[in-house]
Amino acid sequence: MSAKIVIGLDGSGSGERAVAFAKKQAKQIGTCELIVVYVIEWSPYSFQTPEENEQRHKRREEETTAASSRIVQPAVDALKADGLSARGVVRHGHVADLLNAVAEEEGADQIVVARSSEGGFASRVFGTSTANLVMTATVPVTVVG
Amino acid sequence: MKKLTITALALSAAGSSTAFAQEARSIDQAVNETFATLTGPFVSFIFSPFPGTDFPWIVMWLVIAASLFTVYFGFIQIRGFRHSIQLVKGDYSDPNDAGEVSHFQALATALSGTVGLGNIAGVAVAVGIGGPGATFWMIMAGLLGMASKFTECTLGVKYRNEYEDGTVSGGPMYYMSKGFAERGLPGGKILAVMFAIFCILGAFGGGNMFQANQAHAQISSVVGAYPGWITGIIFALIVYAVIVGGIKSIANVTEKVVPFMGVMYVVTALVILLLNYDKIGWAFGQIFAGAFTGLGVAGGFVGALIQGFKRAAFSNEAGVGSAAIAHSAVRTKEPITEGLVSLLEPFIDTVVICTMTALVITISGLLIVDPATGNFVLDGGSIATVGGVSGVSLTSAAFATGFSWFPYILAIAVVLFAFSTMITWSYYGLKAWTYLFGEGKTKELVFKIIFCVFVVIGASASLGPVIDFSDAAIFAMAVVNITALYFLMPIVKREMNSYMDRLKSGEIKRFKH
Repeated sequence: MSAKIVIGLDGSGSGERAVAFAKKQAKQIGTCELIVVYVIEWSPYSFQTPEENEQRHKRREEETTAASSRIVQPAVDALKADGLSARGVVRHGHVADLLNAVAEEEGADQIVVARSSEGGFASRVFGTSTANLVMTATVPVTVVG
Repeated sequence: MKKLTITALALSAAGSSTAFAQEARSIDQAVNETFATLTGPFVSFIFSPFPGTDFPWIVMWLVIAASLFTVYFGFIQIRGFRHSIQLVKGDYSDPNDAGEVSHFQALATALSGTVGLGNIAGVAVAVGIGGPGATFWMIMAGLLGMASKFTECTLGVKYRNEYEDGTVSGGPMYYMSKGFAERGLPGGKILAVMFAIFCILGAFGGGNMFQANQAHAQISSVVGAYPGWITGIIFALIVYAVIVGGIKSIANVTEKVVPFMGVMYVVTALVILLLNYDKIGWAFGQIFAGAFTGLGVAGGFVGALIQGFKRAAFSNEAGVGSAAIAHSAVRTKEPITEGLVSLLEPFIDTVVICTMTALVITISGLLIVDPATGNFVLDGGSIATVGGVSGVSLTSAAFATGFSWFPYILAIAVVLFAFSTMITWSYYGLKAWTYLFGEGKTKELVFKIIFCVFVVIGASASLGPVIDFSDAAIFAMAVVNITALYFLMPIVKREMNSYMDRLKSGEIKRFKH
């Protein structure tokens, strides 16, 4: 049986638990591809100064490179070292929406995320990314504690 | 003894503060007089009337251009309006481009440079001199101006410079030099240099001194009169902190609060209008009647028309070329999409916000009408108002007839609007400066310091010379920019037709439904 699992990372330590869980699942499944996703939170409706606009393209490239080299690639390398098939994806946008979108595009069977590491007022009002994902996902979601 | 000492101290303090105030006033006066003398000839040239009439040629220049663009592009402001909104909503944005400057962001940035004092103080000046009829011409100028904005912003994106490090620089300077070269036309470079010079002057004038001046007027109307240079120095320090010190937090706060203030301003105006719903019909009647008869204002119908057109142009900057600098940062494969988005700018700025201000002033009853004739009572060149208020104070007083606390909110809004406009214009000015002198830390610093000095001058000078110079500098940009637009408009038309065809055929994909 072949399967695809999307792993959502948030750059904190809890992401490692999600990776570990997905790895265990993949090994049990046998032929399984792991897609490690990191979403850089970004909104097209924010307000920016002209200087920020001017440098936006440059910053975007820098953000993508940094997220890829610091967060996604190390996880992908570790999975590959364990003999698993894995690749990384870095996107800009809304975390919950994009994790689900990537899972749909890839035809994934499951999304694995860690329990949210967000805190503060905003997440109390608008909910955490994990909670939003669970509420809106069209693909089965596993939340690792 | 002790009591005596205290009294003596108090007396000497009072004495020195009077001397201080006198000295301050004389500094203000000196700045003011020098400024008026220096800028006088430039201002009178820009606003000189057609021989034998009192119609300034520059106003005609803008209106003719906007009308021509409207016809040439087949009423794009009407045809493309719905699609513009879809573009801003991101319906046609490729998800793979997420993280780049969105259409919404480019529009919001450009708007933060235009929505501001022009909408609050400028409209009051227009209505105060030209009567409610000026509003009609302001709306007309706003609607026509949408086509000018469409033309310049499309070109701004098409001919921007993209550097290796991923940053972009765009604006009329670039489309003048590159666009003219592409069409094999001479003189592009000369126009670009002229534009850059006027843009720097505009950045110091309308984008800086006018803002500082009106912000000071508003603050002193709330806390009481005090010398302008004090506001000037405080403002200059904050602007310095942002543009030189790179203190992003101040700019970020402003960028977030300004849109909120803008929405609040419109909502408050709407509430006042709803509370006076019985007068709305009458107010529109005044606007239409005044548009063609002047209702007794100085200069009659022509006076209303000139004021309306002038203030609209100063407020939405259509044809001036400034917005092309802000809009060129958007990353799109289709320059025409940015042109379409930018045409919403004069609509929001002039047709919506300026009209709100004008309606509130009209229904407030602050403009004194002679009951016998139904015409306005004149006081010098402008309409007599209850309390003798003009400019931003007139808007403030008009809103206060609905909500007595509004002047305080307006004072904060004016300060923030002024500040965000200054930040945006410092960027426009800087782009023109680096176009002329090349990029480099020291060169940029020189411009930024001069910019801050002008903040102090603007806050110190009295309204007359500052407002005249602001207008003159901004309109001078329009002279050069529109000349270039005439030569480059076939390029825009080609782009527009190709885009519209592909949109119709479904080749241009809609990503969100």
